Amino acid sequence: MSAHRLGLLLWLLLLPVVLTSLWVGPVSLSSDALLQPGSRDWLILVELRLPRLVMSLAAGAILAITGASIQALFRNSLADPGLIGISAGAALAAVAVLVFGGAWLLGPFGPVLVPLAAFAGGLLVTALVLRIARTPRGVSVTTMLLAGIALNSIAAAAIGVMKYFSDELSLRQVTFWLLGNLHSTDWSSALLLLAVGVPVLLLLLREGQKLNLLLLGESQARLLGVVTSRLRRRLVLLVALGVGTVVSLGGLIGFIGLVVPHLVRLLCGPDNRALLPLSALLGALLLTLADIMARLLVSPAELPIGIVTALIGGPFFLLMILYRQRMRA
Amino acid sequence: MSLQADTLTVQRNGRFLLESVDLSLTPGSLTVVLGPNGAGKSTLLHMLAGLERPDGGSVRLNGQPLLAMDSLERARRLAVMTQDQPLDFAFSVEEVVLLGAYPLGLGRAEERAHCLRGLQRLELQALASRNYLSLSGGEQQRVQMARVLAQCSEATAVLLLDEPVSAMDLRHQHLCLRQLRRLADAGAAVLVILHDLALAARYADRVLLLKNGRVLVQGGMLETMTASSLSRLFDVRVEVALVAGVPRFSSSFADDTVLL
Repeated sequence: MSAHRLGLLLWLLLLPVVLTSLWVGPVSLSSDALLQPGSRDWLILVELRLPRLVMSLAAGAILAITGASIQALFRNSLADPGLIGISAGAALAAVAVLVFGGAWLLGPFGPVLVPLAAFAGGLLVTALVLRIARTPRGVSVTTMLLAGIALNSIAAAAIGVMKYFSDELSLRQVTFWLLGNLHSTDWSSALLLLAVGVPVLLLLLREGQKLNLLLLGESQARLLGVVTSRLRRRLVLLVALGVGTVVSLGGLIGFIGLVVPHLVRLLCGPDNRALLPLSALLGALLLTLADIMARLLVSPAELPIGIVTALIGGPFFLLMILYRQRMRA
Repeated sequence: MSLQADTLTVQRNGRFLLESVDLSLTPGSLTVVLGPNGAGKSTLLHMLAGLERPDGGSVRLNGQPLLAMDSLERARRLAVMTQDQPLDFAFSVEEVVLLGAYPLGLGRAEERAHCLRGLQRLELQALASRNYLSLSGGEQQRVQMARVLAQCSEATAVLLLDEPVSAMDLRHQHLCLRQLRRLADAGAAVLVILHDLALAARYADRVLLLKNGRVLVQGGMLETMTASSLSRLFDVRVEVALVAGVPRFSSSFADDTVLL
């Protein structure tokens, strides 16, 4: 399929998904009431479902495009912000602030404290993994995945310790948040994600061709005129910023960064100039769909969205590994 | 465009990988580097390409220090094919070759025409839309070579290639080296690392023999590729016979002679 055609198809699919997301929920909206500003249904639409939609669209786009970028940076289609520990690092830092933040969280900088911590945590882990996995001949994928496993378990253990010592309320808060959740989204968090996410998205979109050159190998990219050290720093910073903000607002939402770029590559090839925008689009679409399912599956209650993406993404990931093996045999 | 290396020295763990190597690549010349495994050939190429900083000595491209040049400007003048090509994504052959034209900053149509010529020259038109990962090793090597050649806009470039034809069949070895010869004749400065003495003798005008990080001999092809210096280089007995002005080689251990 050509990239243009896939792009068109995704834009066309986006409209019904967006409308469904606004329409579906524990309260069914009546179309009459929607036309009256200030009515209950109107408030539900504008104050609850609209920011939540913005959140799922933006978070999906960011997770998918950062996944695609990380895969180019590590030159491996199995790299993913979750797999190599970026999300866990962001989560650890965010939990630390939630548990120990106390009065700070209520202060004037309270709302940005958790995202800021998550960004720092994500940045630290990305830089660490890259440092550990780098060899003079490029990034070692095995080392990277092993370092990811180690960092993931260290972060999980540290989060466990903090949960153990936290009180009842923050324990519940932290547990739910870690599962990945969009249901507490309000306009302030949706706007914060847009404020960070849109620049991250636009800046990553500009790197498509350089990422292609990176896929030829680090020394090849340098020989073709890319200053790889600067490109790497820029990518790490943008990915940590994007993933950190999504994690701090929506918790751990796995597999989008891994599965979405893979699907796009299967459909229209690995050219990052098309892969990055299409991944962002498909990521927005799929996460919004997952959010709709999270609301419908156990209605009127709802599932954490991280569980939904893991339930779908996990088996898909297994299929992908089998497919790779088949292709190589 | 010329490339000049002065007293290049590289040390790792107290061992010399290169020891005061002097080398000059001038427009119109095709230099072949010969040497046993571990002689420092690839290290030399890495230094000439500006991929690593030598412990001593310098490399200049047209008189300018290589490491201080703007990277895009350097890429427009110096194209390099290294041995490791770790591409593991399913680009088409054409897409891979197009990536080579990146430093030139051509328009889309111009870029395509430029690459199409490159594909034709290396007999790759039939493979243009094939998945790079589905090709054989020799075919992948030919694609990478087309990509590297796509990097030079003008014939006045410097080209460095590390065993570029090691996986190719006989026909394509000749095809590729003939292309390099053609570029050199048009004014490029070309350096190729090879293992095949016959190919070196057929296409090189200058030869550098490298052993244990040092230059054993360098100079014109006929003066350099003599029985005594080649025997010293590889530690086997090499005999050279001139047939119509072109050297033919045979080599052997003590007494069972193997024809090359």
